[in-house]
Amino acid sequence: MHSNHLSSSLQIGLGFYYVILAIMNFAFASYQSKILNKRQAGIWTTVACLFLVHAVANFMHLGWTLSDGIKQSVDAVMNPVSYFVMAVAGLTAFLYWRKFFTEPVVAWTILSAGLLFSGWAMTDATFRAIITKPDNVPIVMLIFSVGYTTWLAMRKAVINDARIAIGEAPLEKLEDDKVLVWPDLVYTELLAMVICTFILVVWSVVLKAPLEAPAASSKIPNPSKAPWYFLGLQEMLVYFDPWMAGVVLPTMIIVGLIALPYIDFNQKGNGYFTFVQRRFAITTFLLGFVVLWVVLIVLGTFLRGPNWNFFGLFEPWDPHKTVPLNNINLSDYVWLFGFGRSMESMGWFMRELPGIALVLAYLLLLPPLLAKTIMRSYFVKMGFIRFFLLVTLIQFMMALPIKMVLRWTINLKYIVFIPEAFFNI
Amino acid sequence: MAIGDFIRNSQVWKSIFRHPAPRDRRNRVVVMLTNVFLHLHPVSVRKSGIALSYTWCMGGITFFLFLVETVTGVLLMFYYRPTLEHAYNDILSLRDVLTLGILREMHRWGAHAMVITIWLHMYRVFLTGSYKPPREFNWGVGVILLVLTLLLSFTGYLLPWDQLAIWAITVGSNMARATPLLGYEGPGAKFLQIGGVELIHSGSDARFLLLGGRFVGETALLRFYVLHCVAIPLAVALLIAVHFWRVRKDGGISGAL
Ligand code: HEM
Repeated sequence: MHSNHLSSSLQIGLGFYYVILAIMNFAFASYQSKILNKRQAGIWTTVACLFLVHAVANFMHLGWTLSDGIKQSVDAVMNPVSYFVMAVAGLTAFLYWRKFFTEPVVAWTILSAGLLFSGWAMTDATFRAIITKPDNVPIVMLIFSVGYTTWLAMRKAVINDARIAIGEAPLEKLEDDKVLVWPDLVYTELLAMVICTFILVVWSVVLKAPLEAPAASSKIPNPSKAPWYFLGLQEMLVYFDPWMAGVVLPTMIIVGLIALPYIDFNQKGNGYFTFVQRRFAITTFLLGFVVLWVVLIVLGTFLRGPNWNFFGLFEPWDPHKTVPLNNINLSDYVWLFGFGRSMESMGWFMRELPGIALVLAYLLLLPPLLAKTIMRSYFVKMGFIRFFLLVTLIQFMMALPIKMVLRWTINLKYIVFIPEAFFNI
Repeated sequence: MAIGDFIRNSQVWKSIFRHPAPRDRRNRVVVMLTNVFLHLHPVSVRKSGIALSYTWCMGGITFFLFLVETVTGVLLMFYYRPTLEHAYNDILSLRDVLTLGILREMHRWGAHAMVITIWLHMYRVFLTGSYKPPREFNWGVGVILLVLTLLLSFTGYLLPWDQLAIWAITVGSNMARATPLLGYEGPGAKFLQIGGVELIHSGSDARFLLLGGRFVGETALLRFYVLHCVAIPLAVALLIAVHFWRVRKDGGISGAL
């Protein structure tokens, strides 16, 4: 079937989708007029009408589809590099201009634009096939819930930070009085249980759990993907061998999380949302959780196809797509290109010495160097053990982005390559 | 209301609820103290601590989903046999034969949802700085719960025994083969030998321990089944008890001091 053909049920579905968006925007507009913001109310009423037009067009089966030009340009700019760089840039911008981004109107604009784009994207068969795979639905939920909670937390942080700056207590402090658990908490809990049960039952009725062909050890599917919550780790396999991506780095994540409360010596920011009082901790955690975990899961789910190749949002998963692989080891760079020497007669130790030296320097020299220079104040406050634990953990976390950048810029495959002992970094 | 009064004044009712309905302050306190389930809670809490915009309700929902998984999981166990002969067909008939069969769906989507809610719970605890003293230890308990929850999900993924299942588990468990020292393709494993005999080979390494074999086969299915239905849930239940106990002992849900 040609991808431009839209089934009737799809268009009716999209029609309802746009009706919901229109209602949401009418509600937002009426909220704006309630707080006496006439201009905003006008804007969002217009937007709501725009969604209504979309709804009508779909109900009338006009067959509106996203133009091929737009799809191709989206796919053309999408690749692992731009995807990751945009995620980091997005997080940086969000933190830097947090006052702007946590304005409800700004967030609402981004949400509406995203939903509008999704609606149009759904008219593409490739996009639709990936997004509506039953097992991928949780990832869509993950995107929205992590996005919303990040926004919410930062909004409260911005408000609290402004209050703290003028000597007032954070918002949480205003509700310091105690209330009885019965009825104040138990009724909330009951309500939460009812709502959750309702959502889960509806979800289960609407979407059947997937069941593929019976297991056959001879037919390897391509791509073979781990369960979605491990796709961040699987993505790391592009840059590291399994012993790093599958064992060492996950172990470091767990160790790092458990150690976190003992490393963070900052007494402030306990029991309320804030950013200013915990800049370093929050930035590091957001980088780790949002970018290096959630963003990579989204990448692994939606954008990695056969042979773990990267595919744009609208690019059909072609199992024959070939991507040239011309990655080079550090030892090649040093001996072949640097000294013009062949490595044939060299033992592994000599051959890998530059890489080993580099890794050792990274792990052993960098921490004391940081302690003496830019992180001196941390070192003084934290003491020896805490400081080295912190720096080592961050070094392991940064190993991934560092390896990514080296791969993208100089096609580096391995820094240390000792296949004899399965020791490749 | 005569019947209502009759019931409430009966010996049976009074033996169950030892005090009047929680309509006044005194009885609202007493109800929390005399009911073992409600007793998980304190009697009173800081107002800010139970605000939806503060906890996002995510710890509670995670717990609720754990209960949902337990109930639907026990029901699923009535229909499922973890053998190569039956596993796939049992799942098939769950879909095709069972009336109103959304049991498997509830269990699967509930599990996905639980992974998301536990992440969001951790995220909230981090962003409110609630891991700081005196709650460091409970954060650690939480991290273990997180790992166990992911393992629960992972072991359950294999049980339908379809293509999706075995290959996802194959990808995941192949990692164990590369464990330093303990996996036969892991760095350093080669050096573990006694008199030229390798200690770590494909029949003795970490992956073999996990799968009970050299590939994802029937022994792996049995191991994953037992881990999924018995071992990990018990550990999680135990740790949740510790977790809740510590939430209270550490001074209740955190708040600005
Ligand atoms: C099965 C998994 C879990 C369950 C059922 C659970 C449940 C709960 C509940 C109901 C609370 C009360 C406050 C709230 O709802 O936010 C809580 C608090 C807490 N949880 Fe969890 N949790 C789990 C996993 C975790 C994880 C993964 C972490 C962190 C890594 C964590 C760390 C904490 C901490 C530090 C508190 C105290 C927070 C405060 O006082 O504000 N928990 N947990």
